[in-house]
Amino acid sequence: MNTQVNIAGVTFKNPVMTGSGTFGSGMEYGEFVDLNRLGAVVTKGVANVPWPGNPTPRVAEVYGGMLNAIGLQNPGIDVFMERDIPFLKQYDTKIIVNVCGKTVEDYLEVVEKLGEESAVAMLEINVSCPNVKEGAIAFGQKADALYHITEQIKRKARQPVIMKLSPNVTDIGEMARAAEAAGADALSLINTLTGMKIDIHRRCFALANKTGGMSGPAIKPVAVRMVYQASHAVQIPVIGMGGIATGEDAIEFILAGATAVSVGAMNFVDPYATVKVIEGIEDYMRAYGVENITDLIGIVE
Amino acid sequence: MKEKTMAKVLSQREIAPRIYDLWLETDLAAQARPGQFIGVYPKNAATLLPRPISICEVDGDRTALRIVYRVAGQGTAEFSSLKENDGVYILGTLGNGFPLEEGRGKRCFLVGGGIGVPPILQLAKELEGEKSIVAGYRDSNLFLTEDFAKYGQVYVATEDGSRGTKGNVLDAIAENGLQADVLYACGPMPMLRAVKRYAAEQGIRAYISLEEHMACGVGACLGCVVKTRDTDAHSHVHNARICTDGPVFDAQEVDI
Repeated sequence: MNTQVNIAGVTFKNPVMTGSGTFGSGMEYGEFVDLNRLGAVVTKGVANVPWPGNPTPRVAEVYGGMLNAIGLQNPGIDVFMERDIPFLKQYDTKIIVNVCGKTVEDYLEVVEKLGEESAVAMLEINVSCPNVKEGAIAFGQKADALYHITEQIKRKARQPVIMKLSPNVTDIGEMARAAEAAGADALSLINTLTGMKIDIHRRCFALANKTGGMSGPAIKPVAVRMVYQASHAVQIPVIGMGGIATGEDAIEFILAGATAVSVGAMNFVDPYATVKVIEGIEDYMRAYGVENITDLIGIVE
Repeated sequence: MKEKTMAKVLSQREIAPRIYDLWLETDLAAQARPGQFIGVYPKNAATLLPRPISICEVDGDRTALRIVYRVAGQGTAEFSSLKENDGVYILGTLGNGFPLEEGRGKRCFLVGGGIGVPPILQLAKELEGEKSIVAGYRDSNLFLTEDFAKYGQVYVATEDGSRGTKGNVLDAIAENGLQADVLYACGPMPMLRAVKRYAAEQGIRAYISLEEHMACGVGACLGCVVKTRDTDAHSHVHNARICTDGPVFDAQEVDI
């Protein structure tokens, strides 16, 4: 049984990664799961300088999921490279660093610094966070803006580039094609869906930011649909995510067209979720006599 | 070591309107410290996230944890129907807890307000000092006051004046002419702000336990932050994580 997948020349021992922002840099969940088991750790978004994030409340539960408006709090690339990369290097897993910024220049500064670190296997570019006022999603909701930033990043990047797409668009296929045309090596989707919750007793927004990104099992059907559409619009590999809780969920994304998957909000619900998803994929492969996980990618037409 | 594990319900009863007293048999009791909390999981998959609930007490053999919580929504409403021998998933033990050494051998205020009263109980059991326990409630529906009597002098304040001092915990301190060198507190934010001010005026150390909406409970999601005087170790941005850097902070170090 072979669970290996390849994305842009990088080989992953299995297709299970962590959703950016749900797993830190692995330190917190390393207490619960063996990070060596994971296909990759995708880190929390990192910017050129520390970002304080949004006021609290930053999280709220909704039916079958949650809203978050963390606002990309992060220590900045310098601390990240001194502390988080050496931590992750101790493990036999691939490191994918999620990069965020307010301006194209911010992104390029981080991308250039990461270029010096050979332990970083890939970059994931966050052009889809709905919770910050500048940057991020502003680059991810118009095809020409997405094309432009992807092209700029590809010029500077030393590692293969994954563009992380927002579901908050009219035509995901158009966005996928724009990123591919600009040279993206892979796509990941979906980031969170913009949502809102109102506390009817206190008559105020549940989140200080008013809106937040929705994640969790409730969004899975939307994510499967978009992974299907995006993966059929482009030739480059797609990493699928959105409400994955079990091996069955992961298989569903792979059948829809994902080459790999990420476990996101479910880490908060079950700190062992990543390893359970890996085991669930293996169980499925055994049950159906699947020799190579890659045999399942996008076969439901 | 933190883990998510199945605990067994030993007993549960309602000890005041909507306030439940739940004893859980769990290995996590062995490592529990006063001021720490656990995440309690509803079974309903629509309510996914663990509910952060402070540890009220650890039994003598350290094989069981007591939590005393208020029914505030769907998750806690589900917990209130748990019966003896039921299983419930919990995550723990979480957070730093109260620093016991700071109060050792000193005059200490142990202050709890409302649903912030419960974590003060295990603190009262373990703290080795001269303890004045000040508990504030809304009305005559007191809870845990009898448990406290074993560990120190208990002073009660109620907002409606039906029991003890009429007013808040600081009114009870003033009315009884109490003094201390160190203060520990858990309760609603207005109380904690008042306690912080009081401690600064008195020139005494205050350790306050904060709460905030949480998702992961283990420091990964950065959902539950509080503004801090100094840069925080994690993100270097004056935002400490309540779940892991706290929930107990030196009052002067947090901007509340």
